[in-house]
Amino acid sequence: MTTKPLYQTPLLETPFHARTAPLNRVNEWSRWAGYATVDCFTDLPGEYFAIRHAATLFDVSPMVKYRIAGTDAERYMNRLLTRDVRKLKQGRVAYAIWCNDDGKVLDDGTVFRLGASEFLLNAQERHLAWLQDSAPGYDVTVEDVSESIAGLALQGPLSCTVLKAMELDGIADLKPFGIAEFDVAGTPLTVSRTGFTGDLGYELWIDPARALDLWDRLMEAGALHRLTPIGSQALNLARIEAGFIQTNADFVAADHAVRPTRQRSPFELGLDWLVDFDKGHFVGRRALLRERETGSRYRLVGLDIEGRKPAHDALIYHGKSRQVGMVTSAMWSPTAKRNIALATLDAAAADKAGGLWAEIYVNKEMKWEKTAARCRIVARPFFDPPRRRATPAPDY
Amino acid sequence: MKTHDVIVIGAGHNGLTAAAYLARAGLDVLVVERNPYIGGATVSRELHPGFTYSNCSYVSSLMRPEIMRDLDLPKYGLQVTPYNGGLTMTRDGDYLASYNDHDMNRRELARHSLRDAESYDRYSAEIMRQCRFIRPMLMKAPPDPASLRPRDLRGLLQMGRAFRDLGEAGMYDTIRFWTMSIADFLDQYFETELVKAHFAGSSIIGTGLGPRSPGSAYVLLHHYMGEVDGTIGAWGFARGGMGAISRSLAGALQAAGGEIRADAPVAHIIVNKGTAVGVALESGEEIRARAVVSNMDFKRTFLNAMDPRDLPKDFLKAARNFKIRGSSGKLNIALDGMPTFRGVPADCPALQGDLHVTDTIEDFERAYDDWKNGMWSRRPYVDLMIPSQLDPTMAPPGKHYMSIFVQYVPPKLADGPWTPEKRDAFGKTVIDMLSEYSPDLKDLILHMEVRTPHELEEEIGLTEGNIFQGELTMDQIMFNRPTPGYAQYRMPVKHLYMCGSSTHPGGGVMGAPGANAAREIIADMRAGRKA
Ligand SMILES: Cc1cc2nc3c(=O)[nH]c(=O)nc-3n(C[C@H](O)[C@H](O)[C@H](O)COP(=O)(O)OP(=O)(O)OC[C@H]3O[C@@H](n4cnc5c(N)ncnc54)[C@H](O)[C@@H]3O)c2cc1C
Repeated sequence: MTTKPLYQTPLLETPFHARTAPLNRVNEWSRWAGYATVDCFTDLPGEYFAIRHAATLFDVSPMVKYRIAGTDAERYMNRLLTRDVRKLKQGRVAYAIWCNDDGKVLDDGTVFRLGASEFLLNAQERHLAWLQDSAPGYDVTVEDVSESIAGLALQGPLSCTVLKAMELDGIADLKPFGIAEFDVAGTPLTVSRTGFTGDLGYELWIDPARALDLWDRLMEAGALHRLTPIGSQALNLARIEAGFIQTNADFVAADHAVRPTRQRSPFELGLDWLVDFDKGHFVGRRALLRERETGSRYRLVGLDIEGRKPAHDALIYHGKSRQVGMVTSAMWSPTAKRNIALATLDAAAADKAGGLWAEIYVNKEMKWEKTAARCRIVARPFFDPPRRRATPAPDY
Repeated sequence: MKTHDVIVIGAGHNGLTAAAYLARAGLDVLVVERNPYIGGATVSRELHPGFTYSNCSYVSSLMRPEIMRDLDLPKYGLQVTPYNGGLTMTRDGDYLASYNDHDMNRRELARHSLRDAESYDRYSAEIMRQCRFIRPMLMKAPPDPASLRPRDLRGLLQMGRAFRDLGEAGMYDTIRFWTMSIADFLDQYFETELVKAHFAGSSIIGTGLGPRSPGSAYVLLHHYMGEVDGTIGAWGFARGGMGAISRSLAGALQAAGGEIRADAPVAHIIVNKGTAVGVALESGEEIRARAVVSNMDFKRTFLNAMDPRDLPKDFLKAARNFKIRGSSGKLNIALDGMPTFRGVPADCPALQGDLHVTDTIEDFERAYDDWKNGMWSRRPYVDLMIPSQLDPTMAPPGKHYMSIFVQYVPPKLADGPWTPEKRDAFGKTVIDMLSEYSPDLKDLILHMEVRTPHELEEEIGLTEGNIFQGELTMDQIMFNRPTPGYAQYRMPVKHLYMCGSSTHPGGGVMGAPGANAAREIIADMRAGRKA
């Protein structure tokens, strides 16, 4: 840790910085939770295609992490999350969202059940105050462990092959959303079969002091398997193809929204399947029951847009005249061979079949042109390879 | 004798703003100012060779961008540079800094409390919600809730809509926010005493309220509702000092054919058959006009400059009861070099911002107690800035100008009237306290101007030295400012208007009262011409 005053080091370095910095030959960095993280090492298409063809390493250390433990941990988590935590077995991970009292989504993330009464909550935003304020009456402790766990996402069709080369015994049999513990040269390594790419992939968690050693072992094991470090730009493309939404990109975290109408419920984000009304009380339940009866205002959908031009920031019209929503994430998908987007639409427009148009602005050598492209609501993920779920995991 | 269209009494920044709009509308405008210099509390003067002071106001945020643009102020020299952050030093040698950079700001707060670092985002979002609610009301005459005129009903409807848009929880929060104390408000978000003290300052500046007084939360909003170039809540330095704002307004006014007469104190407003017809100067000279606009505060206008027999009894009573308690002082210092601050490294960027040494809410409250007891705070709250770090025009190279705003200083002392000796003793209290935090400060002082409410009243005519021309409490803001029924700038005497900070939306270097008043006057004059 540095002892310099923080204004001299406005951004923190992740535990992998000593390895990622020299590889970041174009010096493109961006911020993530106060850390400098690599935008793109050298070649965006190369990094993107490595996700879908080979194996990639992405530094996820800045992820916000909370350890929740105590005899009431399960009851407490079940009260906070909208899904039924009792069904989450030890050694398993679940995707989850949590809401405020008004049933608006505060954040999404993953819950790791590490033990009968121990959980790890991975989040995009910070929630310590909220988690602590929800704790009275429960025998739990909530601890911010963001800085004490380093993380790497190893994703792509060859990711299991790389781990096998690193001699992680039985790794191929780890099921999606499973967690396994290994010993690497005397250091505990936690591997979860999770990720943000919608592909075969793993996330590796280790003591930050051993982070560089892990990086080196992976790069060595991956040398013959085209293991490629990637930056956040390539990852973002993969996550759009996977149809994953991102807090503060596709919707505003409810407690950060200045305008109340910007808050979104799970239903409005298309996450109905994460809300379990049968499990007993949870934060936001009453408001969500009401919304289920009266209807939602918005719908987050996947769009398939005609043409080849990515619909960045496009407004969506119904019948070419009435604005009914906007695109929050967009790309031409090289893997799905479609022009795809995530968009938020007025619920009424989303429920109506057809008639949707995207207004896309295209810069053709310093000349902006406006085009109207027909779009269709389609199911997500946009790309869903069988290898993502196959157990044992395939070699490529 | 020549009759002007409009006479504006006072070349404060609001008087100049009103005059500039009026002149641009083609009216023949004369501004008469008591002092040999213009600007009122928005003034910069050289009192020590080579140094420019912002003698009263010292930072800009509230000045409405609509006015800068309408009056072309950059053309007449207006330049505002935002500054970065600020810090509160603690008695035990640590500090809490604010930075514009969100990540740095979070980590600095987290150094003191992880929870508070997170809560800050929710706190900012809430302040921003309140700003969004109030900002659209600034450049409008406040609608009168007791009136059935279409214009008032429309205004009320707009307010109602904005209120409803806050959402259910937001409506409750808003009503509570506008009436609660800053200490209670901050308790909802923060656990650390230092963090609360750091944010509490803006809520007591210029007021006769303590952090535990209901209504102090609103004063905080009053300091956050401005902007620099669209960044809401940001503050900046006017290049050349705050006087540059007044000079740019005067430039716009003169370019539109308006005239300013300095050194021309008004003795009284001349009223003939219930209509204001001009002013009488102290020199005995009388000047006639079709309308008279007062930039003086509510009390000074009606209790000093008018014959009480020309005013309705209840209105006179309202002027008498208007709360205008002075509570602030100001030190302006020419320094031989940059002082150091205990525990704060010299390269800390937050030193460019506002510096404080009050590190608990309790200390604020104790400082307030002294004021209530008729003495200046023994350990006052200071808002200390060294603008010359950013603005090269304020001091010679290597030298610095330090501005120290001081809270609380009473307009009347328990032990008899203010004297020059007491004024200097007050200045010494401030410098002695600050020397605990900046040991080399005393030795660097080349010249110092000390101002108490007494000086502010004597020099600028701010009654009791109240910096806002009247308290910013619920009973004196919006349609209650300066008093119910008269919030739309027209006074009970025909053709008499007010345009200063005693009117909506209140004090601060904002220009909005002046611009709003001008709009009403222009409308009346056009209607009059038609009739
Ligand atoms: C010490 C201090 C610090 C402040 N700090 C800030 C700050 O940093 N930022 C900020 O935004 N605001 C600040 N304020 C508040 C702000 O400066 C005032 O609210 C604002 O300048 C008032 O402007 P005004 O035009 O309404 O009135 P004034 O500036 O009061 O103008 C009134 C004018 O009328 C003139 N006058 C009075 N009587 C007569 C008469 N009989 N005949 C002719 N002329 C007369 C006066 O000389 C004066 O020029 C501060 C105020 C003070 C006093």
